[in-house]
Amino acid sequence: MKNIREIALEEHHDFVGAKMGMWLFLLTELILFTGLFILYAMYRVRHAAEFHAAATELDVVIGTINTLVLLTSSLTVAVGIEALKRRNRKLAKWMVLLTVLFALTFLVNKYFEWSAKIHHGIFPGADELLSRSQGEIIYFNLYYAMTGLHGLHVLVGMGILLWVYFLIARKPSEKVVVAPPNIEYLKGAQLIASKGEQESWVIDEIKDDVVEVEVVIKKDPKKAGVDIPNIIKLENAGLYWHLVDIIWIFLFPLFYLIT
Amino acid sequence: MSHHSHEEIHGIGYGILVLVWLGLVVLTGVTVVASGVHVPALAVVIALLIAATKSSLVVSYFMHLKYESRIFHVILLMGIVTIAIFIGLTFFDVLFR
Repeated sequence: MKNIREIALEEHHDFVGAKMGMWLFLLTELILFTGLFILYAMYRVRHAAEFHAAATELDVVIGTINTLVLLTSSLTVAVGIEALKRRNRKLAKWMVLLTVLFALTFLVNKYFEWSAKIHHGIFPGADELLSRSQGEIIYFNLYYAMTGLHGLHVLVGMGILLWVYFLIARKPSEKVVVAPPNIEYLKGAQLIASKGEQESWVIDEIKDDVVEVEVVIKKDPKKAGVDIPNIIKLENAGLYWHLVDIIWIFLFPLFYLIT
Repeated sequence: MSHHSHEEIHGIGYGILVLVWLGLVVLTGVTVVASGVHVPALAVVIALLIAATKSSLVVSYFMHLKYESRIFHVILLMGIVTIAIFIGLTFFDVLFR
């Protein structure tokens, strides 16, 4: 059996190029979040006490749970990638689906967290928040901006992973079109096709007025190989997902644990 | 191909991935406990050190960087240096204004 690398070379797939493009994109993402982290750092230096006071209002338990959820989702997607490389489609499928579910769990937790805060009148521009000290206003504005942008990334990552899941799960099929000049070979031949489960019927001879014959070949997913482009897509989706995890690794202590 | 082509094809074992995850969970526990330290300046440094350690675990194993060719390390280094310049110069401006 050929290994993935040999097949990739044969079929002209470029693992390294595809991954490099993703890494370069991730750098731009990193710089995007760095801007916000710098903003946070500068204001925290200026309003240290108020930042500490405001942070006591965040729920460390939910924050910790969400951290564990994201870490575990990083593990499942990494295992999924390894599984697909070893052509274990079934395991890869389950792992990617599990990752999507963890992403959803994270967002649901975030929803409850945010709505509790909003319910208490703590959101950008709210009268209750504006009546507080400047440091606390800045803290919560940054909290919403940074966890919001991060949440958006979780949502996007979840969508991408779901898309890749369907790509992996899809029954491999190929459509073959027999058209001129090759159709000439079929002329005069009889096609026996099965319609439904049992009934089989004979198509008339392919006559001169037939210009094209379309055949869809469906393969058993258990026996079919793994599509190389799908491995590359899952790897890049995984890289994106890990970046989302890393951003949260920094957001968590900086917002929840400074009490 | 190169000497580490085996790793590129089969990647890393599931066992190592689970170990890395365990390490990350433990470090999360440590960072939560360590946030109780009552020296503010020290607490920030500890929190950031733990976050950096966790990130490097994710980057090395989950993101596979440990097994990628040199150019990927250069790309990441480029990013880190850029960010360090941003943060360094901003702090320099704000703290000595």
